[in-house]
Amino acid sequence: MLTTLLLIPIVTAAALFLGFGNRTWAKGSALLQLALTLALWFRYDQAKAGYQFIFETNPLFPGVDLRYSVGVDGLSLVMLLLTALVTVAAVWFLPQLEKRANLFDGSVLLISAGATGAFLAKDLFFFYAFHELALVPTFLLIGLFGSGERQAAAWKITIYLGVGSIVLLAGLVDLLMALPVSSRTFDLQALQQLGAAHMIPAAAQIRPWFLLTIGFGILISLFPFHSWAAPAYASAPTPVAMLHSGVLKKFGLYGMVRLVLPFLPDAFHQPVWGNYTAQDLLLLALLGNILYVGLVTISQRKLDFMIGYSSVMHMGYIFLGLASLNLAGLSGACLLMFAHGLSVAALFAVSGSLRDREGSLNFDKLGGASKSVPFLGICFAMAAFASIGLPGFANFASETMVFFGGFSPGATSFQKTATILALWGVVISAVYMLRAYKAVFLGQPTASSTKWTDLAGSARFALALLPLTLLLGGVFPRYFLSYLKPTLEAALR
Amino acid sequence: MESTLPWLILLSPLASALLILLFAHRSKALSVLLSLSAVFLALGASLLLVKNATDTLTSIPWIDLGPALKLGIGLKVDALTRVMLLVVTGVGTLVHVYSTIYMADDEGKSRFFGALSLFMFSMLGIVLADNLAMMFIFWELVGVSSFLLIGHWFTKESAAKAANKAFLTNRIGDFGFMSGILLVWSTVGTVEFAGIQENLTKLTANPTFLTLAGLCLFCGAVGKSAQMPLHVWLPDAMEGPTPVSALIHAATMVAAGVYMLARIFFILEPSATALGVIAAVGAITALMAALMATQQNDIKRILAYSTLSQLGLMVAGIGVGAWGASMFHLFTHAFFKALLFLGSGAVIHALHHEQDIWKMGGLRKTMPKTFLTFAIGTLALTGMPFLAGFFSKEAILLAAWHKSLPVFAAGLLTSLLTAFYMTRLVVVAFFGHARTDAANHGHDCPAGMTVPLLILAVLSVIAGYAGFAEAIFGKELFHHVHAAAPVALVPILALSAFVLGTLGAWILYHPAIKDPAVFKDAYRIKDPVRIPLFANKFYIDEIYHALIAGTQEMLAGFLGWFDHFILDGVIVRGICAITWGAGYTLRLLQFGNLQGYAFFFGAGVVVLLYILTK
Repeated sequence: MLTTLLLIPIVTAAALFLGFGNRTWAKGSALLQLALTLALWFRYDQAKAGYQFIFETNPLFPGVDLRYSVGVDGLSLVMLLLTALVTVAAVWFLPQLEKRANLFDGSVLLISAGATGAFLAKDLFFFYAFHELALVPTFLLIGLFGSGERQAAAWKITIYLGVGSIVLLAGLVDLLMALPVSSRTFDLQALQQLGAAHMIPAAAQIRPWFLLTIGFGILISLFPFHSWAAPAYASAPTPVAMLHSGVLKKFGLYGMVRLVLPFLPDAFHQPVWGNYTAQDLLLLALLGNILYVGLVTISQRKLDFMIGYSSVMHMGYIFLGLASLNLAGLSGACLLMFAHGLSVAALFAVSGSLRDREGSLNFDKLGGASKSVPFLGICFAMAAFASIGLPGFANFASETMVFFGGFSPGATSFQKTATILALWGVVISAVYMLRAYKAVFLGQPTASSTKWTDLAGSARFALALLPLTLLLGGVFPRYFLSYLKPTLEAALR
Repeated sequence: MESTLPWLILLSPLASALLILLFAHRSKALSVLLSLSAVFLALGASLLLVKNATDTLTSIPWIDLGPALKLGIGLKVDALTRVMLLVVTGVGTLVHVYSTIYMADDEGKSRFFGALSLFMFSMLGIVLADNLAMMFIFWELVGVSSFLLIGHWFTKESAAKAANKAFLTNRIGDFGFMSGILLVWSTVGTVEFAGIQENLTKLTANPTFLTLAGLCLFCGAVGKSAQMPLHVWLPDAMEGPTPVSALIHAATMVAAGVYMLARIFFILEPSATALGVIAAVGAITALMAALMATQQNDIKRILAYSTLSQLGLMVAGIGVGAWGASMFHLFTHAFFKALLFLGSGAVIHALHHEQDIWKMGGLRKTMPKTFLTFAIGTLALTGMPFLAGFFSKEAILLAAWHKSLPVFAAGLLTSLLTAFYMTRLVVVAFFGHARTDAANHGHDCPAGMTVPLLILAVLSVIAGYAGFAEAIFGKELFHHVHAAAPVALVPILALSAFVLGTLGAWILYHPAIKDPAVFKDAYRIKDPVRIPLFANKFYIDEIYHALIAGTQEMLAGFLGWFDHFILDGVIVRGICAITWGAGYTLRLLQFGNLQGYAFFFGAGVVVLLYILTK
């Protein structure tokens, strides 16, 4: 069943590459993927921790415990749902192309397939490989179909994320090397059990911790490794920006939860620089995301750059939840991955639609758009309010858990201070989001905006799916937490 | 039944808002019908609750992570809730009815009523909340509905700006509020009012911490109730349609801060420092806002500064420990201030959106019903004996007399100024002769608008009487209203302030509007008193602009530059260039195709396999 989920986009993409089919196939594939994900979602037994729907082959190489092995637990299921939802929205925002449309559509589906594979994988090798698989079409699409300085942006993201992947690889190797030879395995479930048994001495955890945190950190645009993100998203075609910022970027965070937390929990408390622990350093870095990048976001004058930077900023809150090392914070972080993915995808969908209509996304050239495109206006407003943490949306529920996690019993005073400072970021994010909303949608309509036509037809449903899911998660976070809780408790043990 | 009524009250406006958003936004009539039904339902249910007067509590979990974190949505009904429920649904109903006429020709009428329902839902959520986290949720939601309603005419630049300003200023307050909630939770382990009260000793064990937590929570009230220094958003919020100003920015939402402080008074009470700060902030706001009000020319802005000032008085009341008296003043103020705003709306409506009092005049004759009700509202606000405001204001002054003479003096001076600026408003707008064509053609509005005025006028008279108020407050709560021992001097001083302020304004302004120069040239304001410092609101807006430009904007600009040119430009590119020159491996990347990347990836895998099989 899980392999079928993976094969849907791969087979469709292959067909498209070979010249069969058209855009309807891509849409069909995305809908099928969503339907199958929902089937998994409802058939999954929330009460049980650990992987379900497991499928695995025999070891692929003699002597190494490396298999094609897939399975889902609560966390991967939430990520799969995110992938499927954003994929549906993304294929409805595919641009009109004169030629090479099939190449474009197929590549978009491949990104989705790579993300799906990474979240399905129960094997470390495939976990890593699927993510790399998703990056290749991302680079390609930015370079070939992007806007603005697309070549430069494509190269920058290729090299930057390439370096990140190498550091990550080094970290994974280091992690496995730290284990006794007899217990080395690629199986994530077996690895998690080893982690729970505290197989690695605290002092030996620091090096792999750094390698993994920096490797994943580059992929997630953790401060100060964030400068690739905004230009890349601004240049990327709309569906690529939606899928990468919404889904693929979460791979790094997913990896942090899957590997770093269960495996290297002691590293967080090791002093690494004077009295400062690794946790303190991580807190400093994430405050860089929230406060430094937050202020940088305020200074942006273009809608796409603003959204790109704001996305980087919000990674800080997810890291804050991770760094809390308790259930409240971690649950908040994981729900926020889901929520942020949906809200940023919706924002990029709207900004891409505006770029199609206006050509420029300079705040000076826009205004009063709610008059002519009220539907886009409402969707943008909902996604924007969600992303700045307005109650009712899943982002608020998640951030609340993150903040309470920062003040939970056992929190250090540095952690509490960081949490309060991070709380100030909520004001910063309101400043840039409301300013952007006003600049684009409110005020006197510009001459060109009065001629725009609003989003029509089925694309409305595809876009509305995102904020509506956010509302569901904001009003009933308990429902989503029932999936996450057993998995996260196991990761923290 | 008892425990389903609160849910009915909370959810019927939500249902209305959702139905309007999803289905009814194309039909104005249907939207109005939905919104009206919801508010009448909520009013009916609230009246039933007041009649039954039983305390209930029902709760469902919202976030439940076992012992790690539990947050619920719980509806608590006690005497304090019942008073607020009646104020919110009562004034809410009248404003809904009034709006059906006031907004009749607005193209965004459906959107307006949808947002109004959303506001009712959010406000009732604050009132019913049984815990701090839920209160915070609805606290932010009233913020967003206020944002939507202030910016109702969104193509107007000033309205869009005012909406943003209101939301952002409130966010600053909410930052403090959330910090306070976290501080309390980290000590007590719960956010429920009942739970905090039970475990209060855990908080009082560390007085400094308690003061800090209390003041953080107070920040929320400073934002929402527009106290100094976060008061700047409220006058600008007058950009919204007038019924909104009456309901949200006078009677209910801005009073939420006072309600919240009354709710958490048991946390504040043990800290004399916290109460002292609260009293000072309230007294300063009351006085400064009253001074600003004396020099405004826009009818709604005068009322807005008056609201600030009265809210300051209520907050000061909390600070001197008289939370019961503050709630009483909140109760009476809701009626007469809503009356004044709706009356000003009638004037604005009849005069085709003229808001400058100097371009009015003579409305006493052309709009007699509006004048009569407006005058009753004015007298109730200024403290005319035997009208509602006199009793409630006196209760606060009395408590201040016992507790802190500076606060008492500020309150007394505020009363004098209130009588002054309100009389100035009434004299200039309603007396003399019409100074513009628009004013000459003034007329009373249709029944849908005048009937709410009349009802509010009756309430502004009777709300202060113990018989009426006690029936709503309940015996136990009403006992807190008049907790302070009576002192004969206080009502005498209050009365003198009223007389002095009213007479002063009459003497100054009644001759002024008879001046033929005013009559001829209405476009030049002939105010006999000119105090630029007050007229320009102590230049606080300008100072904030400079501060924001000098700190946040400059820092953001610098960091934007730094990020682009230094971090990304010099550092990242620099490291990249060094590596470039150094290694063959990266040359592959430089060649410009993905083979190099694929090679790298493959090599990594080989290394990994080698290590594992070793």
